[in-house]
Amino acid sequence: MNDLLGLYSYWIVIVLMMAGFYVVISSSNLIKKIAGLNIFQTSVFILYISMGKVDGGTAPIVVEGSSNAIYSNPLPHVLILTAIVVGVATTALALALVVRIKEAYGTVDEEAISESDNEL
Amino acid sequence: MTLATHYPILQVVIPLLAAPACVLLKNPRACWLLTMLVMLVSLGIAGQLVWQTSESGVISYAIGGWAAPWGIEYRVDALSSYVLLIITTIGALVLPFAARSVADEINIKMQYLFYAAFLLCYTGMLGITITGDAFNLFVFLEISSLSSYALVSLGKDRRALSAAFQYLIMGTLGATFYLIGIGLLYMMTGTLNMADLAERLPAVNESRTVLTALAFLTVGISLKLALFPLHSWLPNAYTYAPSAVSALLAGTATKVAAYVLLRVLFTIFGVDFVLGTMPVAEILIILGMAAILIGSMVAIFQENLKRLLAYSSIAQIGYIVVGISLGTVTGLTAGLVHLFNHAIIKSALFMAIGCIIYRLNSVLIGDIAGLGKRMPWTMAAFVAGGVSLIGVPLTAGFISKWYLVLAALDKGYWPIVVVVLAGSLMAVVYIWRIVETAYFKPYNGPASISEAPLTMLIPTWLLIMVNFYVGIDSSLTAGIASKAAAQLLGVSP
Repeated sequence: MNDLLGLYSYWIVIVLMMAGFYVVISSSNLIKKIAGLNIFQTSVFILYISMGKVDGGTAPIVVEGSSNAIYSNPLPHVLILTAIVVGVATTALALALVVRIKEAYGTVDEEAISESDNEL
Repeated sequence: MTLATHYPILQVVIPLLAAPACVLLKNPRACWLLTMLVMLVSLGIAGQLVWQTSESGVISYAIGGWAAPWGIEYRVDALSSYVLLIITTIGALVLPFAARSVADEINIKMQYLFYAAFLLCYTGMLGITITGDAFNLFVFLEISSLSSYALVSLGKDRRALSAAFQYLIMGTLGATFYLIGIGLLYMMTGTLNMADLAERLPAVNESRTVLTALAFLTVGISLKLALFPLHSWLPNAYTYAPSAVSALLAGTATKVAAYVLLRVLFTIFGVDFVLGTMPVAEILIILGMAAILIGSMVAIFQENLKRLLAYSSIAQIGYIVVGISLGTVTGLTAGLVHLFNHAIIKSALFMAIGCIIYRLNSVLIGDIAGLGKRMPWTMAAFVAGGVSLIGVPLTAGFISKWYLVLAALDKGYWPIVVVVLAGSLMAVVYIWRIVETAYFKPYNGPASISEAPLTMLIPTWLLIMVNFYVGIDSSLTAGIASKAAAQLLGVSP
């Protein structure tokens, strides 16, 4: 029981991941799809950040005179900074595409888009 | 320290720096010239790397002087130099073709952005191939993916936009799956360097985290690879992208994904674990065979030539995956040889289609009736590529199918042989439909249609010549491929 609760951050990851994934698959609104994708990516950010935690560890800043302090692992944080940047770029590109789609089709609904394509 | 020791990093950095330079230049002609220069230099470097790896084995390059497990390592072995050669060859031949095609299909104000995105996409693919660091691979994967979404969206038709969006959603899901997989591996081993991962994984192989990581990685990469049934993004993206983009992506993007699959399965996890302990091979072989049958079947019924080729690509990816999953040296050689052969065949075919679009402004099969007389060289190139796709002797396609059948017989998997033959027969059907319309039906299009310009024909024909060359003398491709296969399986040092 303690184990289950102790790993709560991973439970959050799983819930967010599945919620985001579900929105991406089920929603036909393109903006909502992007939001779902963001939630999905965020869950991965939390996954990485959780794994960097070391019991009793502090921020990994070396201070003189405290050579045997326990530090949290900073590497996952750095990795996820990169992934966040990638996520921002993806979202920006996706939104830009949605703007163009809205200009071309007059709608951001996936079903309406494929309907208007089929009419051609 | 001479320049030659820095080839691995130069391979990636030169196109990376040229991309923003294009944005600053703005003039389409200047951008094209710069890009062409970069492509030729990259091709030269890739050739040098192939030579260096065959002379002195694996090249390891520590970026910024940080030694391997800590710093990012660029690692060039037989396999990566081989894939680098594929990418740079396709790049150097698609670009001369692109000049006319892009001027025709893309708004003049956007052309410099096209070249910038083209260079970024190219950088990303080269980076994926050269890096020895699993996380660095993710970064390059996203560089190439993001720029290819932008490239696809440049298509004339408004459907290019929704195709690009769909590609973006699927591509990002795939890349994020890959990221999750790498995260889980890092959790268990504390390292991101591929060679280091391979060393540390056997100790924790039994844990569920590692198994989950393998599942996430395989699914994520299969999405990028467009392996059936995760291929839904590919037909639209290839159909509506500008011709030059279709030619580049068809030749390289899925090939690079196949390379990543090889790296993850064989370099990181190791053949014993992936093919022995886990049923990955069985799953991939079944999916690959399904891809061959269904992709070819759907291709037969397409009216749009580009979409037809896109579905045929899905089938060809099936051949590659089946070869890879056999897990023997011959099987891997078959997969790798087909990696090269399919890259040149499909790029040549998409370039021939590009020539048709340039003159005819249509890609529907009904509109090319009688075109064989009006555009003899273009259609001849298409037929030559098509024949190779079928796998007729003396063409590249025959060599890869030959190896694949040999590998399947070695293992006694005769259903694969049946599927390969069925796939080839279906290829005959869809190629014949085009040949029949182009040569045996009367021409009824506009009278002004003539042969495509030489700047578009020559690169197309160069690829076709390469195709026949490796079909007749396969020692170059099969030689490197079998060496790379042996290296991946750890048979020889």
